[in-house]
Amino acid sequence: MSFNVPADRRYLESHEWTTTDGDSVRIGITDFAQDELGDVVFVELPAVGDEVTADEEFGVVESIKAVSDLLSPVSGTVTDVNEELFDAPERLNQDPYGDGWMLEVEPSSDEEFDDLLTAEEYREQIE
Amino acid sequence: MGLRKPPLRETHAAAGASFTEFGGWEMPVEFDSIRTEHAAVRESAGLFDVSHMGEIEVAGPDAPVLMNRLTTNDVGELDPGDTQYACITDEEGIIVDDTVVFRFPDDGADPRYLFVPNAGHDAEMYDRWVEHRDEWNLDASVRNTTEEWAMLALQGPDAPDLAAAATDGSTRDVDRFGAAFLDVAGVRSFVSRTGYTGEDGFEFLCPWDEAETVWEAFDCQPCGLGARDTLRLEMGFLLSGQDFDPEEEPRTPYEAGVGWTVDLDTEFVGRDALERVDREGADERFRGVKLLERGVPRHGYEVVDADGDHLGHLTSGTMSPTLGEPIGLGYLSTDEAPPGTRVRVLVRGEPKQANVVSPPFLDR
Repeated sequence: MSFNVPADRRYLESHEWTTTDGDSVRIGITDFAQDELGDVVFVELPAVGDEVTADEEFGVVESIKAVSDLLSPVSGTVTDVNEELFDAPERLNQDPYGDGWMLEVEPSSDEEFDDLLTAEEYREQIE
Repeated sequence: MGLRKPPLRETHAAAGASFTEFGGWEMPVEFDSIRTEHAAVRESAGLFDVSHMGEIEVAGPDAPVLMNRLTTNDVGELDPGDTQYACITDEEGIIVDDTVVFRFPDDGADPRYLFVPNAGHDAEMYDRWVEHRDEWNLDASVRNTTEEWAMLALQGPDAPDLAAAATDGSTRDVDRFGAAFLDVAGVRSFVSRTGYTGEDGFEFLCPWDEAETVWEAFDCQPCGLGARDTLRLEMGFLLSGQDFDPEEEPRTPYEAGVGWTVDLDTEFVGRDALERVDREGADERFRGVKLLERGVPRHGYEVVDADGDHLGHLTSGTMSPTLGEPIGLGYLSTDEAPPGTRVRVLVRGEPKQANVVSPPFLDR
């Protein structure tokens, strides 16, 4: 099975993705992750203003069969949360790179983003 | 030791199934999605491969004595072609396994039985039966036929029509909890009107090497163990190794809500201990909880009262696909948390409001 791994973002081994527009980063989970989880039924995310830390848990995603911690790709302050996921967690299955985004974070440094896996490196991990 | 594989392992892989280890078997957990498969069973029909379930056959003049010595129910109540749910308990009355006992329809002079231990329990149950037979000097044969029979389950409101079409209508004569030998797509099979989803349906025991013919006789949604788990959970049915386990979760049938399988008028292993529990009552009972806040109840979560005092714990839980509500099963204080009590479920440490209910969650 072939999974979508867009080239315009960076990845964690634990299957989170992140994009940056220079100022803030957006965070979600990959197509591979949503497929492994199956039907997503619940998402727990931090609130705007909360701090997140690179490689540490920032929330939880639950499918019918499993619970998974979400790890942050970067350290920084949460500036936006996709609250629509609380009522429609199935968006994570339907559009993990688009409507299923989770957080926006203002990172405390640029360096962590550069340390993340490239699309090519992540694809090698899941294939 | 490698995993045991059902006869249709490669057929399922070709259909795109993902697999999981269950009771030492490599079984399909999901074909399309749990939600899709679950809905098919509730609304139309779904087909499961449950060949990981064990089969032990017991025959001979003393077969009824041996069966009654080792199961909590009374096989004397079974006529040929009848089935019965029962527990298998140890000397303390703790459930070692739960099972369905079939009396073969064509058993002639001596009753002949087949019972279905849970996945991975077949060798242990075979040994248990043989040991007790020898100890009691009983005239009965015991055979472990787990890898001779494949077991398929067709479940859902459309199951009667699909089964009738594959058997020239002969399944129409099989009553609820009845069983018969019938040809299914030309394969001689042992067919019972049983299942573990709460829906009408059939279970087919067919020869291992002819399982594919029977599997392909039904044009409906293939389902994995993921949907089987959510379906049984909505009905409050026990899952062996999770809702009870002689090591991790030792429970009597009374605690587990299946006291109706215990016939104290028969002499069986664990009878005296269970008579005591029946007389004195159990401190905890198997109950359902419905979360009133966002979150999903899961195995191992603690249940407390408004002051944070312990009331029990959950053994199973999920987001109910049928109800769209978070539901759980577990053991709660009989006196302090009867159905109707407002409790808190600690979801990763956070107390979430929940109501105690009496399973099943669905009216079926």
